[in-house]
Amino acid sequence: MAMRVLVGCKRVIDYAVKIRVKPDKTGVVTEGVKHSLNPFDEIAVEEAVRLKEKKLASEVIAVSCGPPPCQETLRTALAMGVDRGIHVEIGGKDYETLQPIHVSKILAKLAQEEKVDLIILGKQAIDDDANQTAQMTAAVLDWPQGVFASKIEKMDGTLKIQREVDGGVEYVEAKLPAVISSDLRLNEPRYATLPNIMKAKKKQIAKKSISDLGVDITPRVEVLTVEDPPVREAGAKVESVEELLTKLKDLGRI
Amino acid sequence: MNIFCVGLRQTFSRRLTQNISAVISRFNSSLVIAEHKDEQLVPITLNAITAAKKIGGDVTCLVAGKTVAPVVSELCKAEGIGKVLIAEDSVLEGTLPERVTSLVLACQKQFNFTHIFAGADAFGKSLIPRIGAKLDVSPISDILDIKSPDTFVRAIYAGNAITTIRAKDPVKVISVRGTCFEACPLVSTEAPTENAPQADLSWELTKWISQELSKSERPELTSAKTVVSGGRGLKSGDNFKLLYDLADKMGAAVGASRAAVDAGFVPNDLQVGQTGKIVAPELYIAVGISGAIQHLAGMKDSKTIVAINKDQEAPIFQVADLGLVADLFKAIPEMTEKIDQYLSK
Repeated sequence: MAMRVLVGCKRVIDYAVKIRVKPDKTGVVTEGVKHSLNPFDEIAVEEAVRLKEKKLASEVIAVSCGPPPCQETLRTALAMGVDRGIHVEIGGKDYETLQPIHVSKILAKLAQEEKVDLIILGKQAIDDDANQTAQMTAAVLDWPQGVFASKIEKMDGTLKIQREVDGGVEYVEAKLPAVISSDLRLNEPRYATLPNIMKAKKKQIAKKSISDLGVDITPRVEVLTVEDPPVREAGAKVESVEELLTKLKDLGRI
Repeated sequence: MNIFCVGLRQTFSRRLTQNISAVISRFNSSLVIAEHKDEQLVPITLNAITAAKKIGGDVTCLVAGKTVAPVVSELCKAEGIGKVLIAEDSVLEGTLPERVTSLVLACQKQFNFTHIFAGADAFGKSLIPRIGAKLDVSPISDILDIKSPDTFVRAIYAGNAITTIRAKDPVKVISVRGTCFEACPLVSTEAPTENAPQADLSWELTKWISQELSKSERPELTSAKTVVSGGRGLKSGDNFKLLYDLADKMGAAVGASRAAVDAGFVPNDLQVGQTGKIVAPELYIAVGISGAIQHLAGMKDSKTIVAINKDQEAPIFQVADLGLVADLFKAIPEMTEKIDQYLSK
């Protein structure tokens, strides 16, 4: 039986952007800064689309939670081959305090509504670096979790998952329905071609509000400050291997 | 203590922390979930214990696994811990987060901890959020410092911003960046042990099958005093031998950039960076690594950074204490040859 797959798509500041902390220390500057689909979510989308191409998935649905520009992020996923999108609109203050605990409850709710068999999320978003949503979504649903996946293989009613762990890899088997999170080496995401970008414009994005889903998004954490990290003092260049070794010796490092 | 964490301590006032903790500490109690591999305690557990002790109050450790006796005997010696809870069961082989979560929930039900800690590596990162969700609290990932029992410091945007947050939930479920807390010393006294409360370990939906760990005689990457890392500039997996030779003379661990891992030069568990391992050794030698933001996130708290790169414009030179603009294929063999006369005996 082919699976119905839900993928998470977070809109984040592009990985190549050098971020700037706001002078009032309340956060980082996001206005006028290039945003894109979180790189790990791109991998999640790619994996879902590949499952569809292998006829292992019947439908792939992408979800994004946040302000209106998240629809552009969903369009990227649609252009990569996702069938349809769901935009859970959350703006202003609510979005600033939105956390994995809230997103996991939203995803769990949608997974039940859409009767999906598999949720694929990125292992972490490169903005908050939390690495929580997949684990928490699995817990809310009481589903198995296969996080930091670098290879998945569908068998009858189960997934065999290769996970990236410290010191190597491990293998687990998870009964469907399940939640997995993608590690960098799960696949290499495709580029959306122009014809597919055009086609994606016709695909449907359903809008939902938090009240539709009945999820409580009360802030659990208060951000006190956001600051620049301590700056390293500029170092010196050395001319030769001998000079390098002498200096390291003087510093007591070798 | 690495430069980064020391920097933080200077940046923030300690006064508040001390006042609050003096009042609240006697009401606090922490659980530290021990990690082990091949029947040995994983060192990051000792860093997590130090973090837990900073909260004040009792510190309890939980060891869960198939065979735990050697781990327990080591962990009992951790200075200042109150007791060690033991859960030994063959179904805990591979310490699946689904089963360990049930166990932690049973411990929580009995002891009402205010804080639950694990190290922020693959084990802790898999487990801590699952526990958080089951307790309906927001987990706090990869903390760098503790300001007070509810106020924590963590890095965001690949370490390019540092945020101080206050957790409002009654129970704080936390993963700890090992390199930001000293390892708890082992002493001759032993903490008492008792069996962990009974928990439902019957989870059948996930099955642990096996693991394949890279074998290495070299020190473990995240706790090594010296790390020699290679990037795209090495050009092939065979050329990494140059780094292994140097590392072996220095007693160093070998790491890599994502580019080197993606190109298949080395296995991915050697990756240092935002999405790989975070290291903060005394000496980090970056060879043929340009220094992308994502790589710097994993090593810029090292005490001394050396960059060897033929491109003098490479961003790595902006964080390097000592930079050598040279062809690594000449410089590294020369270093390996000459280092003996410099090494402290």
